[in-house]
This record gives sequence, structure tokens and C-alpha cells, in this order.
Amino acid sequence: MSVKLTIIEQMEQVAREHGKILPPLKEDLVLANCGLDSLGFAVLVARLEDTLGIDPFTAAEDAIFPITLGDFVKVYEHGRR
Amino acid sequence: MAGGETALREQVTAAPDRRCLWDREKSIRLTDLRDGSVLGTGLPSLAGRSVLLAVESQLSAALALIELDGVARRIVILPPGVEIAHLAAIAAATQADAAVVDDGSPPLAVIGHPAQVRCHSSIVPMTESAANRLRTEWVLVTSGTTGVPKMVVHNLASLAAPLHAQSPADGAAVWGTFYDIRRYGGMQIYLRALLGGASFVLSDSEESVSDHLARLAAHDVTHLSGTPSHWRRALMNPDLGKISPRYVRLSGEIADQAVLDGLRTAFPRAVIGHAYASTEAGVAFDVNDGRAGFPPDFLAATRDGVEMKIADGSLRIRSPRTASAYLGAAPPLAGADGFVDTGDIVEQDGNRCYFAGRKGGIINIGGMKVHPEEVEAVINRHPRVRMSLVRGRQSPITGSVVVAEVVLSPGQELERGRQIEVKNDILKFCSNILPRHKVPAAISFVPKLEVAATGKLVRRQG
Repeated sequence: MSVKLTIIEQMEQVAREHGKILPPLKEDLVLANCGLDSLGFAVLVARLEDTLGIDPFTAAEDAIFPITLGDFVKVYEHGRR
Repeated sequence: MAGGETALREQVTAAPDRRCLWDREKSIRLTDLRDGSVLGTGLPSLAGRSVLLAVESQLSAALALIELDGVARRIVILPPGVEIAHLAAIAAATQADAAVVDDGSPPLAVIGHPAQVRCHSSIVPMTESAANRLRTEWVLVTSGTTGVPKMVVHNLASLAAPLHAQSPADGAAVWGTFYDIRRYGGMQIYLRALLGGASFVLSDSEESVSDHLARLAAHDVTHLSGTPSHWRRALMNPDLGKISPRYVRLSGEIADQAVLDGLRTAFPRAVIGHAYASTEAGVAFDVNDGRAGFPPDFLAATRDGVEMKIADGSLRIRSPRTASAYLGAAPPLAGADGFVDTGDIVEQDGNRCYFAGRKGGIINIGGMKVHPEEVEAVINRHPRVRMSLVRGRQSPITGSVVVAEVVLSPGQELERGRQIEVKNDILKFCSNILPRHKVPAAISFVPKLEVAATGKLVRRQG
């Protein structure tokens, strides 16, 4: 499964568990508007660490602030290389 | 004698004849101590001294203790596997000037060369009796996770004073414990057995759970004690069915509803009790109604001489069973009012008080606090789960998130494909009970969790 698909699947799973409804998960979706709160993102990042084997945010030396879903996916794709 | 008490030896040897102390190899008749000794001619030389009980053999320690009470000024009970690096500090703080040793004792050269008495491996005829009748201090050495262990001062009375809560009569009982008797949880049960006229089956750290259960069965154990972690491990063992104790006791960790229910199913006719006790605070209460937690009225009145109160969220205890002091460089054991802060957080929910966790063990999730133990208690109630360990994992967003390692019940091993399904089911189970921030962000299945020599689940800072 691609990194992007894994992320989308996990986002949907976390949203379900937290009782949130996500808008269509397009590249340019602004994360701040996606419906997940900070706890939701914290859980998402922890799940992705288990499925993809990395936490690019904690691993990075500089703070990373992805704005859109596309940015978010790129952070993981970049981290996997 | 000072304090108006009878030394342990007289109390033990006055009891009926057929009582035994068993380890893996030996069977000792306690009444043989009437005119016998494991310390032999060395015993009088220990009179009035501060004695390190440094034997490797638990049986030797068990017997030597009986002889040293009332003779030594102080008995310093070294736990098995004490770090040699800590010996000098222990000896200095306890002013140890003698030691009881066997072939497996740690090297005592590091503490100078105290007078040493070799413990015999069996009871030898006693030629000379030690006449001293002191009120001996019993010093228990707690195994901290880091740094020099703490040395906690008790005496026979504070260690052995019984609670009056209903538990099956001790007469003709055979007590066993998963603990080593050189730790508080085991010591307290050992003395209870000795003074209650019971026989006792010693544990053995080298022995498998199956072999231990078989040995307990062979001696028809009637009263058995351990931590919830000990019991969860036993509940995973098919040989648990070999024993049928009438009293099952848990102490040393929070007894959650899942482990109490598991024991109820395993031993439908037994009294299943959980006790609250710590090395410093002593035994505070027993709960025998099969439910986790304790009734709030325990906090309202003095029971069995024990006063309890909650301050800053944690349980405080003052009782005749609390230790008197720490030796060495340590903060005072109790506050100015004599109450010991147990560090255990108690929360009241309706008509029941529950232990939420340890003061220092809180996970902070974006400012919201979670006790690992409260999440474990929920996960452990899932029908497929035997035990779990919850910790914080660093999160770039909320500082920490809750993650759980889970051991499934026997027969629940999963092929990989089903793992996700079961994980989701456990998460759903948690979501139905816990607020969102307490639900684990991630769950992993592990074959087992590490249980320390103290019988407690090993918690690491996550």
C-alpha cells in the first residue's frame, strides 16, 4: 500500500473512532480544517509510526508544519527515503 | 523482655508439632528449633549486634530470622540479588557489624570484614542458648529502580500485627506465596503463617511457574498470596487447576476487577481478598468482597488501629504497622503528623474508592492527565486479554500519547490477519468506557510482560 493510501486509511479510522466526519481527502485539504483535533492528529501520528515505521515529526531536527494533506503525505514520503 | 513481647523463636516453637517449612529440596520441622539451630555456636556471638542477613538461600534466611529476633540488636534483611555496589552503603547506614552468610553470599570484603557466622544448611543441636532478649529492629531493604535502596525499620510487632478482617482461619493452614520472604509482601505472609501456627511453602526464583504450582499442590496449599502480576502469570498456566486454596490473596499492586474475576472463575469456592500494604506504610486493610477498590468508610474511621486519609489526591496511612524510620540519608518516612504518604492516588466513584495509579506515573496528554493503571484496568477487562502495560509515548503534537502492550489470554494467539480485528475490538471496548484521550493511540501484542523480582510489573518511563 502506498504511503498516501496508508495515511488516508488511518485518518479515516481515527476519525471513525473519534466520531468525526472528514471532508473529501484531497491533496489541497487544509489539515486545520479536516475535522481532526490535536488529539486526533497525535493518535494518527502514533498509528502511522506503527504502520510506516517512522515518526518524521519527532525524528526531524527542525520543526515541520505541514499545511495541507499533500504536505503531510510528503513529510512521510520524504521520511521513508 | 523489652516491649513485653515474646521473641519469635519462643512463639514458633510453642506451636503444634507438625508444622513444616518447605523449599524445593528440604522439609524442616519448625519445632526442631526448640533444641536446635541453624546458626549453632555462632549465635551467641551475634547478640546485641547489627547483623546483615546475607545468605543466598531463602530457607536459611527464613530460619535464621527466627533465631535472630530477640538476640540481634538489628537484623538487616538483604533481598536476593542485592547489588554488590550497594552493599557498602547498606552496611554503613545500618551500622552492620556482623553477618550471617552461606556459600552464595555476596563478597563482604567491600564492607570491611564484619564478624561472620555461617548458616548451617540444616538444624543442628544447640549447645548454648543466646540469652539476650532485645527488641530487635527488622530492617527491610527496598529495591528502588535507581540509586541506593531504602532501608526501612520495622520490628516484629509492626510486621506481624494481624488485621481483624475476615479471612479463613489460619489454623492447620498451609501458606504459600509467590514472593520471596525477604521482601515486605512475602515477609508479612511468612510471619503471619509462623505466628498463626501454619506451615509454609517457600518460593524459588529458579523454579518455573508450573513446577511451583505442582509443589504447592503437593503440600496441599490452603492460603496463597502474590501480586496481581504473579496471579495473572499463574492464571495463564494450565497447572493452576492443580491447587485449590481456600484463601487467595493479592497485594503489592492494584488488584483490578479483571484479575479478581479471573481468580473467582479459577477458584469458585475460595475467599479472594486483596490487601493494601507497602513496606513503609505497613498493611492497612484487606478487602474480601471480590470487588476492586475499597469502601469509602475505610477513610472515615480507625480500623484495626489504621487511620487513613486522602491528601493531595494520595492515600496517607498512620498505624501501628507503619515502619518507624528510614536509615541512612533519606527523607523522613512519615510527615510530622505521623502519616505516611503512600504515593498511591485514590479516587472515589460513587460508593467505592479506587486506586488510580502512582503519583509519579502520570502521562500528560496535551495537559490532560492519565494514570497508566486506570487504562490497564479497562484493557484487562476485555475477554481476550490477560494483562497489559500502558505507558506514554512521545508525541510531537500533544507531548505524549497513551500506548499499550497487551498479552492475550491463553489460547488467544492470533494469526497476523486477525490482529487488526482484535486490536480494533479492544480500542472500541476502551472507547466505550474511557474518555478519548485515555484510549490507547496504539496497541501492540506481546508474548509476555516483564515482572520484576518484587512481583510487580516493570514500568519504564516512555
